[in-house]
This record gives sequence, structure tokens and C-alpha cells, in this order.
Amino acid sequence: MSILHWAVLAPFIYTLLIPITYKLLKRVHTGWFVLPLPILLFVYFSSNIGTTSSLQAKIASIPWIPSLGIDFAVKLDGLGMLFSLLIAGIGSLVILYSIYYLDKDKEKLNQFYVYLLFFMGAMLGVVLCDNLIVLYMFWEITSISSFLLIGFWNNRSNSRYGAIKSMVITVFGGLSLLAGIVLLYLMTGSFNISEIITSVQQNSIISHPLFMLGMICILLGAFTKSAQFPFHIWLPDAMEAPTPVSSYLHSATMVKAGIYLIARLSPVFAVSGYWLWIVSLIGIITLLYGSFLAVKQVDLKGLLAYSTISQLGMIMSLLGIGAAGVHYDNESIYYIATAAAVFHLVNHATFKGSLFMMAGIVDHETGTRDIRRLGGLMKIMPITFAIALIGSLSMAGIPPLNGFLSKEMFFASMLNIRDFNMFHLDTWGVLLPIIAWVGSIFTFVYSMILVFKTFTGKYQPEKLSTKPHEAPMGMLISPIILVSLVVIFGLFPGVLSNTILSPAITSIYGGGVYDLHIYHWHGFQPELFMTIGVIVFGTILYLSVTKWSVIYQAIPVVWNRIYDWLFGETENTFNKLTNKYMTGSLRTYLIYIFSFFTLILSYTLFTKDGFKIDTSLLAPIGGYEAVLSLVLVISTIAILFSKSRLTSIILLGAVGYTVSLFYVVFRAPDLALTQLVIETVSVALFLLCFYHLPRNARKKESIPFKLSNAVISVLVGLVVMLIAIASYSTKLFDSISPYYVDNTYIKAAGENMVNVILVDFRGFDTLFEIAVLAIAAIGIYSMITLRMGGKKNENK
Amino acid sequence: MEILMSIIIGILFTSATYLMLSKSILRIIIGTGLLSHGIHLLLLTMGGLKKGASPLLGQHASSYSDPLPQALILTAIVISFGVTSFFLVLAYRTYQELGTDNLEKLRGKKEHE
Repeated sequence: MSILHWAVLAPFIYTLLIPITYKLLKRVHTGWFVLPLPILLFVYFSSNIGTTSSLQAKIASIPWIPSLGIDFAVKLDGLGMLFSLLIAGIGSLVILYSIYYLDKDKEKLNQFYVYLLFFMGAMLGVVLCDNLIVLYMFWEITSISSFLLIGFWNNRSNSRYGAIKSMVITVFGGLSLLAGIVLLYLMTGSFNISEIITSVQQNSIISHPLFMLGMICILLGAFTKSAQFPFHIWLPDAMEAPTPVSSYLHSATMVKAGIYLIARLSPVFAVSGYWLWIVSLIGIITLLYGSFLAVKQVDLKGLLAYSTISQLGMIMSLLGIGAAGVHYDNESIYYIATAAAVFHLVNHATFKGSLFMMAGIVDHETGTRDIRRLGGLMKIMPITFAIALIGSLSMAGIPPLNGFLSKEMFFASMLNIRDFNMFHLDTWGVLLPIIAWVGSIFTFVYSMILVFKTFTGKYQPEKLSTKPHEAPMGMLISPIILVSLVVIFGLFPGVLSNTILSPAITSIYGGGVYDLHIYHWHGFQPELFMTIGVIVFGTILYLSVTKWSVIYQAIPVVWNRIYDWLFGETENTFNKLTNKYMTGSLRTYLIYIFSFFTLILSYTLFTKDGFKIDTSLLAPIGGYEAVLSLVLVISTIAILFSKSRLTSIILLGAVGYTVSLFYVVFRAPDLALTQLVIETVSVALFLLCFYHLPRNARKKESIPFKLSNAVISVLVGLVVMLIAIASYSTKLFDSISPYYVDNTYIKAAGENMVNVILVDFRGFDTLFEIAVLAIAAIGIYSMITLRMGGKKNENK
Repeated sequence: MEILMSIIIGILFTSATYLMLSKSILRIIIGTGLLSHGIHLLLLTMGGLKKGASPLLGQHASSYSDPLPQALILTAIVISFGVTSFFLVLAYRTYQELGTDNLEKLRGKKEHE
């Protein structure tokens, strides 16, 4: 176990402390005990920046299930470092924020911090594990802890709905990811990401028949986790979680797990044009769709949720385009896309984290998150306003903040893709920058709505339940730190580029140091005009938003409806189906069993060409047998037509005695004896039953003829008959009976072979047959004597 | 002979199935009785019929009928007798407690669904 292993496991181990501190130290907010852990982790990861920035990776592995190739292998390289710093860093800030956000007397803090630490550990596991199966394990723990956190206020039905929805969608994706991992294992023979990448570089798996399926399975896993179109629907409903959770899980970390996976497995799949197309198209559609719908939202967190969807789409599309770089060794103009993706990943985590915290503060201080009820808070909450302004401007891509830089790089990569002359990108690729540009305009519009509708305009105290005032300092610390990062990364992007971003890019595609220079001023490049266009058109659209926002009423909410319909219909359909075939009537079930039996047997008999008649083995038909057969058939059929039950019982007796006569004819004296006695006793029992019939049911009734029953019965009889004839005509080998004939006297000292077989050669059968009789006798005795209901009646 | 027996067994199975699909418990148990007769005869027939003397060494015959299916049938007869008698008493108790022998009336209550 290296320190890196302990770093992944530390949050899980730490959860053991939480219930103890919560119970014993009730006066201190439990969050204070949790806070040191992520800070410690952050410090630990930062201390390794030197290793990763010199393109070294910290690798450690301990065997877990070696026979299946599953090792707990961890690897801290540039990409892992970037994500670990985000997880630990934003984790510390969110925990600090939650200390002031959640009330220590009203909330179940022990549960909250246990779930949150589970999530943190799982997320570290996802980004640090080198073994795909272990990665998948942590991946599912993030789903489960996210489910628990969304449903934290489980007395609210909306929370439960959101939790279930996110669980269903992400676990669907998770299982698909597992399938993808297994397929990848079949193609490469390893679960280890590093080994997979090495083996893929030696011989590409693109021509492997499972390649496409494996790719789609893994993409499904990544897209559902990262809320890509059309799996984005769980994210807005996940806003029912407490705001620190939304800020941490649903903007900065968990939703980036899918992005991490795409980035991590890009070297495996990037050679395929489909990968490039699917990832960038889905990303760009998500970008446009999310930013378009965000404008419509009236809830601050709803708006931020759609904005997150849109920004994740942007990062995703950049990763897709970055894959184009694999096809060119010398030119690196496509690597700018990967650089933009990684850079925007950091930027988005900083500004979106701070914006969510801002929304939480507004909610906390005014009692509402509804934009229509808010307004004019600028003077009352100046610090919060400053946070919102910086965050939103960065999100909209205004210079000199960090969002501007990554958006410029985004436009540049989208424009570059037109030069790419593979996979039809030179013709259709022109669509990408246009969609990107339109999406960015909407991004600008909702960013403006977020800050100006909340903080400027008319102050409406009559619509607010509490009197708003500035938030306590403790609550403001975390968003202030995040927006300072927004400004610092904006002004001095070099801080990040060579220490964190560049190693991350290298660890995606390998090779040497990618020399990343982020400039504010590119000269008069097309992307600059695009940004100017975004600002101009965005301002026009924002100012006229009341005029054109009516179009949103014309657009139906498609994907949520589809989800609800699917969910409801599945339940309904199967309910109806089960009610339909599980009728509760024995007759129906017997019909199913008999029909299935008939169908399968006759199908097999005739498709396998199993039917044949061989007359050479047959015994001759004597006069006795003919008469007996006639009697047997007549009495059997007569049972069917007898109107009185007494007649049927007597006829059954007749059948039994005829059968025993058959045993006589066919040289089976012991059988004849037993059959005679047992038939007599059985008939007596039947008569007992008949005698005790309830009076009203004893009157004779004709049995109505049912055609369906008749058809099924005839088919059953026919199939049994055919199989009997066919199997008698197929003798594969001789009987083993000559052994019994030869050895009955010599070895077992008996002359009656049947009896010797029963008690000597095969005595075990007899032992348990005796047991059956004993059990039947005890059962009958207890049925007659034990009266549980009767005793109750006596007591009354 | 074996083909004739197969036809008889088919008829026994047909009647048994038809009875088992009816509503009255007594008819269902009669059906199971017919079904076990059919199966015992099937066992005997598949072993081959009339191949020699009864399986008793005192007969000093040159060939005997196969003793193994007979032993199997003897076991089966006893077991089916045990089960049938148990069912009959069960049916008898059902009449006593519930006052009906109509299977369609022996349904769970709605709230149990």
C-alpha cells in the first residue's frame, strides 16, 4: 500500500469517525471535523505537482483479485493530478461552505458528511485508478452517493423523484460502461488502462469486430454521467439536493467523471472517425440545447443546471475534436482543442462552483431562488453580487476572465476543424463553429439573466419571506476564493498552463511536452470577431428577452416527458401483463404448462427428425390383451362423460383393476398384487371424500364441454403417444437387466428378482419410498387433528 | 402390442389432462389417478412386453421379462398412492373448512394481489 492508495481510501476510513464526533461533540458543527481531510489531501496532491509536471507518473499497485487480472492499481499522472486537485480543493471549499449553510441542529449532519466523504473517496478512486474494473467500482459508488445526497431531504417527494431519476439514468450508463470494459478486455486482454493503451499503440483494435460495440457502450457510460444530450434530464432534477452538493457533485466533479473517462480512453478510440464525430456532435448539440433551455429557467439552480449541461457539452465537443490530433503527428493545431477542454474544465469548476454557492446564499438569505421574485439585491448583498458578476462574466466569456480565454480557444478549435480533411469534416465541419457560436450567444444571455435579474432591477421585499441581508462571512469565504481563482487564472493563465494543463494534455495523448501558451491577444483572428459578435448579439437578445421568450411556450418539454412516459408505461404495461396472465386460476396455469409441453416436444420431435416406427421389436397382440385394452379404453372414456361423481369413482376403480390385470398378462405378479390392494384402498378413500362433499355441491351436474380443454388434452395424449412409439423404436443399447437375472440367486440369495432389486440391489429407493409413506401418513394425521382456527373458536 | 399400448397410454393421458383442466377438485384427483396409471403402463411398455416368464427364478425359463421396470413401477405405485391419499384427505379437509369443491371459487382475496 503506497500513500496514494491511502489517499484514495482515506475518505472511506474517515467516515468511521463521523458518527462518533457527531454523537459525542454535539456542540461543534461536524463539518469542522471533516474539513481537515480534503485540505490534507489537497496538500498531498499539490506536493506531487513537481513529479507530474516533469511528465513522471506516480504508480503503485497491490493485487486484489490477481486471478481475474484485477489489481488495485493507482496512477497519478497529469490528468489524474488535475482532477485530484479539483476534487480535493473544491471539496475543502464546499465543506467549509456547508458548515455555514447547513444548520447543525436541524439537519442530520452525520449522514450528510458520510455520504459526501463516500463521494469524495469514490471520485478520487475514479480518477486515480488504473484498473478499469476498480474504476467501475468507484464509478458506481459515485452514483450511489449522489443518489443519497440528492435524496438527502427524503421527506420531500421532489427530492426522491430526482434521486431515483439520476440513479436510473446513471446506473443504466454505469452498467453499459461495465459492458464496454468487458468488451475492451476481450479486445486487448487487459483491464489496465496503461497496458490497454500500450497494446493499442502496437496493434490497433479498430478492425476488431467488437470495436464499435465497445466504443458505444463506453460512450453511453460517459454521456449519461456527464449529462449529455439526451441523458441530460437527470441533472436539473438533481438540483433538489442541498446547494453544497449541487455545487460539488453536479457542477465541479461528478459530472466531469464522464469527461475524464472520454479523455482517458481517447488514445484507445481516437483513431476511429466515429469517435471523433459522435463525441464532438453530441457535445455541440448538448451545448446548444443546454444553453437554449437555460434562458427559459426561472429557478436560479435550474438555470445553473442547464448551464452546466451546456458547458459540459462544450468540453465534450472539444475532446472530440482534440481526437483529430491523433491523425496528424506534426501539426498540433488540433491539440489546442484538448488544451481548451482541459483549461475550460478548470475554469468551469471555479466559476460554476462559485455561482452555485452564490445561488445558495441568495436562497439562504431571501428564502427563494425564483428569479421572478428576486431583484434589486445589489445594494443589500454587495459581496454576493460581486461574486455573481465575476462568475457570470467568466461564464459568458468576457475578457479578462478565464472564461474568455477558454472560449477563444474553443472557437479557434472549432474553426480549425474545417481544415481537417478526413471523415467528411471538411464539408460538414463548417456547421460546428456556427452551432458553437449560436450556443455561446445563448450562454451570454443566460449569464446576464442570472446576474442582472437577481441583483438589479426593482427590489420586491413584499415577495420575500425573510428580510434579506448580506451573508455571514464564513459562507462567503469559499465563493470568494473561487472567484479570485477565476480572476487569477484569467490574468495569469501561465500559472496553470505549464504546471497542470500541459502535463494533463500529455497524459491524454502521450508524447513529449506540449508547449501551451495562452494569450489574451491573438491579433485580429476570426475567433476575436466571433467573441465580439457574441457580445453584440447577446446584448441585443438579452435586452429584448421578454419579446422573444414566448417561443419557449411553443417548445414542448420532450425528453422529460419521454422519461416519465417510459417509466410509467413500463410499470403499467408489466402490471397489466402480469394481471392478465397470472389469473389465479389453476386451470389457466395448467393450460400454459400443457401447451408449452406439447409445443416444445412436438417441435423437437419433428425438427430433429426424431419420429420413426420400427415394427421388428414388437410383441404380438393376443386375445386377452385386446379384450383388456377395450375395457380399459371404454372405462377411461366413460369417466369423461359420467354425470355423477360416484360413477366416475367406480370407473376409476375399474381402470385400476384392468391395469392390474394387464400386469398379470405382462408377467408382473408383484405389480398386480400391489395394484389390486392399492386400488381398493384408493377407491375407498375416494368414496370417503365423495361422502363428505358439501350438500349443496353434491347434486349431480353435467360437466360443460370445453373445446379448448379437449384440444389441449388430445394434443398432450398424441404427443405422449408419438414419443412413446418413437422412443421404443429407437434402441441405442441393450438393457442391463441380464445382470440382475444372472446374479439374483448367486449374489443375493433370492429367486424373486423384483423383490431382490427392491431390497437388495436398489434398496435405497425403497428406504425413501418408506419415508414418503411415513410422511404422507404423518401429514394426513396432522391435517385431521391439528385445528389452529378451531382452537380460536373454542376460546371465543 | 407396444404400439397398441402406446395408443392406450395416449388415451389415458388425454383423459387425465381433460379431467385435470376441470373445476372440481375430485375430478382433478381422478385425473391424477389416471395419469399415474398411464405413466406406470408407459414404464412397463418401454421395457418391452411379453419377452419371457415372470421374473421368478423358480420358473426355470430360458428368458424372463425385464425385472427392472417392474421394480421401478412398484416404487412409483407406492409413492403415488401416498401422494394421492394425502391429496384426498386435503380435499376432504378443504370441503370441511371452505364448503366448496369448486376451484374457481378457491381464489385469493383481492387485497392479496
